[in-house]
Amino acid sequence: MTTADYERNMVLSSVDYKVVGTRPVRHDGADKVTGRAIYGADFDASGLLHGKILRSPHAHAKIVSIDTSKAEALEGVKAIATAIDFPQTSDKAVELGEDTTRLKWLRDNILASDKALYAGHAIAGVAAVNPHVAEEALALIEIEYEILDPVLTTQEAMAAGSTILHESLTTQELGEDSGIVSNTASHFQHVKGDIEKGFKDADVIVEREYDTKTVHQGYIEPHSGTALWGPDGRLHVWCSTQGSFVVRDSLADLLDIPVSKIRVTPTEIGGGFGGKIPIYVEPVAAILSKKTGAPVKIVMSRKETFEGSGPTPGSNIKIKLGAKSDGTIIAAHAWMAMEAGAYPGSPVGAAAQCVFSTYDIENALIDGYDVVVNKPKTAAYRAPGAPNAAFGMEQAMNELAGKLGMDQIDLRLKNVAVEGTRRPDGPVFRRIGAKEVLEAMRDHPHYQATKSDGHGRGVAIGFWFNIGFDSACNIAVNSDGSINLTEGSTDIGGSRTSIAMHAAEVLGIPVEDVRPSVVDTDTIGFTAVTGGSRTTFATGWAAYEAAQDVRTQSIERAATIWDVNPDSLDMEDGVISSKTDSELKMTFKELASQMSDTGGGITGRAAVNPKGVGGSFAGNIVDVSVDDETGKVTVERFTCVQDVGKAIHPSYVEGQMQGGSVQGIGWALNEEYFMNDQGNMANSSLLDYRMPTSLDLPMIDTVIVEVANPGHPFGVRGVGEANIVPPTPAVANAVSDATGNIMTQLPLTPGAVLDSGM
Amino acid sequence: MPIIFVPSLMQKLCNGEQKLMIEGTNLRQVINNLDLQYTGFKDRLVEDGKIKPNISVAVDGEITPLGMIQKVGPNSEIHFLPAISGG
Repeated sequence: MTTADYERNMVLSSVDYKVVGTRPVRHDGADKVTGRAIYGADFDASGLLHGKILRSPHAHAKIVSIDTSKAEALEGVKAIATAIDFPQTSDKAVELGEDTTRLKWLRDNILASDKALYAGHAIAGVAAVNPHVAEEALALIEIEYEILDPVLTTQEAMAAGSTILHESLTTQELGEDSGIVSNTASHFQHVKGDIEKGFKDADVIVEREYDTKTVHQGYIEPHSGTALWGPDGRLHVWCSTQGSFVVRDSLADLLDIPVSKIRVTPTEIGGGFGGKIPIYVEPVAAILSKKTGAPVKIVMSRKETFEGSGPTPGSNIKIKLGAKSDGTIIAAHAWMAMEAGAYPGSPVGAAAQCVFSTYDIENALIDGYDVVVNKPKTAAYRAPGAPNAAFGMEQAMNELAGKLGMDQIDLRLKNVAVEGTRRPDGPVFRRIGAKEVLEAMRDHPHYQATKSDGHGRGVAIGFWFNIGFDSACNIAVNSDGSINLTEGSTDIGGSRTSIAMHAAEVLGIPVEDVRPSVVDTDTIGFTAVTGGSRTTFATGWAAYEAAQDVRTQSIERAATIWDVNPDSLDMEDGVISSKTDSELKMTFKELASQMSDTGGGITGRAAVNPKGVGGSFAGNIVDVSVDDETGKVTVERFTCVQDVGKAIHPSYVEGQMQGGSVQGIGWALNEEYFMNDQGNMANSSLLDYRMPTSLDLPMIDTVIVEVANPGHPFGVRGVGEANIVPPTPAVANAVSDATGNIMTQLPLTPGAVLDSGM
Repeated sequence: MPIIFVPSLMQKLCNGEQKLMIEGTNLRQVINNLDLQYTGFKDRLVEDGKIKPNISVAVDGEITPLGMIQKVGPNSEIHFLPAISGG
């Protein structure tokens, strides 16, 4: 299928709107296609200095000494920063937007103090008159290391007698400290029913172990940040980030200054997918700016982005399922260990909330282990942890279907979770669309079509729970009836427009009459990260509420003009009218032109932390061919089906579904941090770290399922993440179908496919 | 009374009970009353008057950002979970 003959597929919800559900041109489109949009590395200022970072070549080493004297003496070098330049405040827990860490770990990940814990770990920063001098200075910094053995996988890290990364790290078990020094930072467990009885009563059991490798989000724009620490003690930072308030708050903790003295301006962002929630270069730029009194800009290279930012973890997962002969799954056990990287905090907790949540299983046990290894500290990546878990679970489902002689989708439908199903981790589902997604997959022409000779077909479904969190929005009405909307959510996937559409719908005005802007931390109320599929849900909700505020005030102004009770008026489709007197009618534009005469400008505002988050399910149907001689897998046809609640802007929703699918295909077939025995990444360039391009892929067909989320004014669920969950198992299932061999490791490179027994 | 679903790793604190009905109209009251009945829970869940940073609390199926001041209803379900992150 080509783009030209692609027909849009939608399974629509029952409610139609005027603006919501349409496909307007994005507000930021012209700036981006003409190159006017300002990204992090574009930032410039008078007297700008350029920063570079010196990084450890060793995956695990004690830092014995750092001598910067020769670098400082180089002409053009203005300042050098190392870990001792951070205020040595006492350790505490710090918020990182979606999770928390210890201040010492956060600080040491920015600039290592006592130990280098991964190859690429930042040790020192240099500010100089240009990037070339800064780079030359890096070579003059002398560091004495005591090299230690690296620990690179969860299996190595958890083995008895393993080299320990942190002498002070002991295993936590949901608030209880084991007191045992270990690389296992934490262990948790979810239990539902009686797992032993479940397996005892099962007629059929499948059990298998799966491994996945470390992969990167692969955003095209590397990390960058510019800092100016003014003589008044105020710090201004411009950076590419998914959360300007996270940057502000993290800087306040790291630099020990109040949040009120820090202003963070988010630039346009060239992708993040979770990887731009943490901070890396901004604190170093801030220290260097404080030392020099000049603005300092640091831009990571691609190699630094791979080796010095936060990928998603490799994992070791064991899945065991037990079912009755009619296909009812009555027991499920998941054992999952995930790499946290150098410091605790893998996404294994999130994986545990997803691994069995697609299904209604009476007896379940989930064990999760967060394990430190000598790799970069992991960061979020689009439904973090869930694709790893699904790679095991959804392959086990296909194996079970094979043993039972059942259709893959029929087995899933027989066990699918619905409203009222209790997840193994505890919560009970409200209205969800897992069943509708599976039905749409079953009925899709792709699934109904006969497979081509030699092709394999696989299916899989995945879940992501989505989040709410804080968002704020302000609206100012212009005298021509247009509105300026300001919000604090970095726009990664078109959210500026989807948020504007919420306001336009409420006010009954064209979305082109809304001018949305993403503003800095001094200009808008606290807004959490662009992540967790929360932005259109929560910031859209804030826009909805701010527009309601404007709507209420507009009605009150009209009541003043007409000298009637506001309760006697209504506002619909941008027209304010009396419920009882047909002569009283005025458009929102007409009212806006009279604002000055009726009390001044109208501004609406809202700050929300909404409940009612609705999880999302996505499913894939995949056809592949496998070269008998080389083992190379080619994706021949790919369909993505997702319950999105309500698609505010269907084109952006389809884009999210296609983007998540493509990232998942890359994860399935090509992508991995290829590490040598010393823990050095051997493929830290986009030539060698092989992400799929349009030439590698067929058209990604999309089917939007709309099972409205009752917890949102327009039924939104959040669409950004669930779509990356099913591709790895769906592709693996298709390869298994083509080859007859079960795929237990990612990525499915030609060599791995050949090794599987072809 | 609100129902606490006791995590398996904490059930040894309450003689293996999987669910407990504990009085309270907010999380602080519920945890304090829980600790009165079964000593040790507060140490596991609370640090400096706040829910520990590596623990999330779900009330009626939703992770609460409010921590100890989160209101709970007479039929609320309370779950203690490991803290999570998104993307």
